[in-house]
Amino acid sequence: MQSEIQRNKLKAILFFLSPSILGLLLFSLIPMVFSFLLSLTKWDGLTRWNLKAGIPNIVGFGNFKEILTDAEFWKVLGHTSYYIVLYIPLILIFSLLVANLLNMDFKGIVAYRVLFYIPVLTSWVAGALVWKWVLNPLYGPLNEMLRFIGIEGPGWLQDAKWAMPGIVLASIWKDMGFFGLIFLGALRGINIEYIDAARIDGANWWQRLMKITLPLISPAIFFVIVISIINSFQLFPQIMIMTEGGNAGPHGATQVMVERIYKYAFKYFKMGYAVAYSWLLFVIIFAFTMLQVKLQKRWVHYDE
Amino acid sequence: MSKTIAKPIFFYLFASLLAFFILIPFFWMISTSLKSYGALMSIPIRWIPETISFKSYAKVFVIFPFARAIFNSAFVSVLSTVITILSASMAAYVFAKIRFKGRERLFLVVLATMMIPSQVTVIPIFLVLKKLGLINTFTGLIAPTIFNAFAIFMLRQHMKDIPDDFIDAAVIDGASYFRIFRSVILPLSMPIITILGVITFMGAWNDYFWPLVILYDKAKMTLSLALSQLNGQHTDMYNILMAGSLLSMIPIIVIYIFAQKYFMSGLQLGGIKG
Repeated sequence: MQSEIQRNKLKAILFFLSPSILGLLLFSLIPMVFSFLLSLTKWDGLTRWNLKAGIPNIVGFGNFKEILTDAEFWKVLGHTSYYIVLYIPLILIFSLLVANLLNMDFKGIVAYRVLFYIPVLTSWVAGALVWKWVLNPLYGPLNEMLRFIGIEGPGWLQDAKWAMPGIVLASIWKDMGFFGLIFLGALRGINIEYIDAARIDGANWWQRLMKITLPLISPAIFFVIVISIINSFQLFPQIMIMTEGGNAGPHGATQVMVERIYKYAFKYFKMGYAVAYSWLLFVIIFAFTMLQVKLQKRWVHYDE
Repeated sequence: MSKTIAKPIFFYLFASLLAFFILIPFFWMISTSLKSYGALMSIPIRWIPETISFKSYAKVFVIFPFARAIFNSAFVSVLSTVITILSASMAAYVFAKIRFKGRERLFLVVLATMMIPSQVTVIPIFLVLKKLGLINTFTGLIAPTIFNAFAIFMLRQHMKDIPDDFIDAAVIDGASYFRIFRSVILPLSMPIITILGVITFMGAWNDYFWPLVILYDKAKMTLSLALSQLNGQHTDMYNILMAGSLLSMIPIIVIYIFAQKYFMSGLQLGGIKG
């Protein structure tokens, strides 16, 4: 009797876990091991394996060394840093504004809410297509509006200096509703008494913002920064759609890591190199996230 | 007393500016899709087309198997969602309610996989699926959705809160594990399942990287991929590109209107996933 119960339980565990465990093995753990082994080789992904003939050619950490000593890698990191430097402050400001607006009571707030989520719902491909057209230097509405106020707009995606800011603009448009929603949740969690108390003490709105509101929502700010930086290192669809005129922007100005990984693997068939690149991506994301977790003690307040 | 951080008038101004920033691309999208090719390039630009033409909407179906792409996207997204939810809720049930040795360690492994960016595993998965002859097939496209650590995590958190009394009562009635799963666990998890379903569907519908890697046949392409192909081949035919983009957005927006509540919670949940 006891053993039958045990057997039934074991059967149930196996039955219920098997799809996920199968997937975990096939699409996560085994590929990770395979990925690491591949990163130690040079292989085109096509030639049949024949270890005796040196296929794939085992190069140890040669791929990593090659990537890290190639100027391209540092250039690509530079592009991502440029993106991050522009994107993070803008997304924080814009999504905080969005959260504040959505937190207010005014006529038409429901329509307003819907409005902000539409870019979030839109696929990146559709969003990037329209932004490519909006940013068209001659026939796009952005430069038209700039012309209207007497500014000659830049060439945006066709200009090496302005291509990345153009991508940033599209990303802000796409993401601010999403992060706005996160900040909205945080704002709603604030105990209004703190702000009223500060008001009674004579703090003006800037002081209340800097000393009360922002510290109280600092966990949400931390979260948004961490997620944004992870996403920034994984830029892809907007780059491919908006600046894929052969080489990711003028003079490769918008080449970024995932775009490189994709090209090395599926255009140039350098599987080992591409996989090594992807591990470097992981290391960078991991290091940045850990660094932020460490630094958060200095500015994030978790107490109520 | 409203919990705002500044004076309303200041913010009304910003509200309008932000709304403007959000709306311009959509307005431009619609306006462009109603123009003829010859009317696209004009200085100064025309905000509202001189003559309204719906030809682009017809043409996108002529120059590309777009109807097929709509079907493919719907098929793939629905199937991915069903598979993810089913597989994840089964695993979550065990992680939440059936004790065994090593369970917590296994769960930790599941969670740890969330830290690895998908780019690390995508190349080996592609190579393996190629070996299995599953490149350019829906099977290959959908197969990886069988494991979704985030969905398992969310469902398990939720299922842990289901009181054991409910399960014990069913056990006394002689219910099997399967019966408990079907008639106690699943019904009580419906809210979180709906939310996850919405996120998964939206993710599959809008996905770009994985379809790009695994599909190359026009007849197999999903909408996102179809649009990027159109962009590659007819790069300056913005009237057609915009018509196609608008068509691709309609289903998500319709679902959104009907399931706004679930979308909101879903988006917030999605944030945790990152």
